[in-house]
Amino acid sequence: MENDLLTVQNVSISFTQYVQGLQQHILKVISDLSLSVKEGEVVAILGSSGSGKSLLAHAILGILPENGQCDGTISFKGEVLTQEKKEELRGEHICLIPQSVNFLDPLMKVREQAIGDVKDEEKEKALKHQKEIFEKYGLAEEVGDMYPFELSGGMARKVLLSTALLSDPELVVADEPTPGLDQASVNETINDIKRLAQEGKGVLLITHEIDVALKTADRIAIFYSGYVIEINKAENFNDVNKLLHPYTKSLIEALPRNGFKLTSGVQPLEEVDGCPYFENCPIRSDICQNNKPDLIDHNGIMIRCHNFDKEVN
Amino acid sequence: MNNRTKKFIRNKAIHFIVLMLAVAIFSFILLELSPIDPVNAYLKQAVVSPEQRMILEQYWGVNQPLTTKVWGWLVNLLQGNLGTSLIYRVPVVDVIIERFMASFVLMAISWVISGLIGFGLGVVAGKNKGGWIDKAVKVYCYVLQSAPSFWIGLVILIIFSVELGWFPIGMSVAIGTLNTDATIWQWLARLVLPTLTLSLVGVAPIAMYTRNELVNVLSTDYILFARARGESGWPLIERQALRNILLPALTLQFQNFAELFGGAVLVEQVFSYPGIGQTAVAAGLKSDVTLLLGIVLVSAVFVFVGNTLADVMYYFVDPRIRENESFDKN
Repeated sequence: MENDLLTVQNVSISFTQYVQGLQQHILKVISDLSLSVKEGEVVAILGSSGSGKSLLAHAILGILPENGQCDGTISFKGEVLTQEKKEELRGEHICLIPQSVNFLDPLMKVREQAIGDVKDEEKEKALKHQKEIFEKYGLAEEVGDMYPFELSGGMARKVLLSTALLSDPELVVADEPTPGLDQASVNETINDIKRLAQEGKGVLLITHEIDVALKTADRIAIFYSGYVIEINKAENFNDVNKLLHPYTKSLIEALPRNGFKLTSGVQPLEEVDGCPYFENCPIRSDICQNNKPDLIDHNGIMIRCHNFDKEVN
Repeated sequence: MNNRTKKFIRNKAIHFIVLMLAVAIFSFILLELSPIDPVNAYLKQAVVSPEQRMILEQYWGVNQPLTTKVWGWLVNLLQGNLGTSLIYRVPVVDVIIERFMASFVLMAISWVISGLIGFGLGVVAGKNKGGWIDKAVKVYCYVLQSAPSFWIGLVILIIFSVELGWFPIGMSVAIGTLNTDATIWQWLARLVLPTLTLSLVGVAPIAMYTRNELVNVLSTDYILFARARGESGWPLIERQALRNILLPALTLQFQNFAELFGGAVLVEQVFSYPGIGQTAVAAGLKSDVTLLLGIVLVSAVFVFVGNTLADVMYYFVDPRIRENESFDKN
């Protein structure tokens, strides 16, 4: 994996919580997550909302809350990221595109926020660059003088995007860039993200919208109950037979265009001994109950299932 | 001046008139219901014949119906006549102006000092949340918030005047000197300790509030995003957080006018500082009804001004409120 921009290996993120006085409880949100993003590639992490996907973005940027614990290794261009390294790279080489206008300071003009904290002598240059970027993403010049509460939804999204791209990063982490947007804005976002990849940047797209992931990404990682259960090429999602994990299959079959086949069941909230999908799995066997499957490589597809090849036959 | 400002001023004016009418009427009725008898207060236990007493009662209109009394009070009030003080034998207005100026200096200096120090301590504590500075500030604030201000005043008096002998124990001027004869330095020396006390007490609420506001702001999404873009440390707080906590802190500080007034009453008493607070206590103890009513009215104005300034401040500092104006115009 020489040309990998970002490599995430066996990353687990957990939180220490206090329940009833001094009793500690460790809440595991992401377990044993591995994936990689190459230059010019869009990798989507697709999972239900509220499942903790955003925390991976925060872990990559080193902005997890104090009680959050991150195990495993995250490397950027082959170099393992320590907290110091993350602080050095973030904002410059790795950038975050946040979810909503809430990520902008309500009392600061958009322009000031976009250029960030720059020295006085560099300010002019930064402002010029900001103007170019705003223009590139179709923002009028006066938008810079606005306060966040004056922006429309589409404008806010463009502002967030251009703010993140001002420093010309190599890796962009887009955290739910599309919720609550109209179809035209969603399509625009998809095109913007694709354009980033064409410019050679790596993009990690975190989303719960299947369509956005399918239209944007080169590869899609399916996130289920804290685990990545399958990483497959986006084009394989057009053909259920090319998907390996039973959850991925049911997910795709549930799409309206694929016949709306609904499967019941919910994702387990507590840590389980065996496969997280055991309860709802149609192809489970005895081994699945108490043994957790590892994420393994099967002809370039990453899969976390004991029985996927038995079903294929 | 645009429509919004006009509307703001109009509403505030109506608010002010209604408030003053209510305060004037209710404080008068409360005093009327109290056991204070103006005739007794005037006579100070001097022995008089019932006939003389009747003449006095008639002169003051003690036996008139309540509505007539209230009406008379309001009419006089509108003419700017607050009556004559029983203990000072001069018009109430003159007493209040003189005493209020002395208090105003005391309160204004304490207000500025407590605001600045409180805000500073709050920011330092909030930034180092959970650290030893934070804990020290918290302990300081809890202690001061729970201790009565007159007690703090006594402790300061014991330390600086009695033990160290740095400052006079009380009075705005030395005994035997006239108020007008005192030099500015004598006067300043007597101002230091009451100001110190009021400032120390005033620091606690603003520091705790600022600390919590900063902790909240630091956990918001926009600070997260700013950090994700490489901002950190003091520049981050200075650039993004301060602006967002300044406004609520200012509001709180202006609303503290009422507490400042209450604190001044006790502190002036402890230091025998001849301000409005000490005068209020004297008026109460010596049943000086006219002076007491005058002070109640003035303090209501004072608190109203504090709250109005807080509102005006919001209007000018927060773009979300300021910019609404342009929507109104369109």
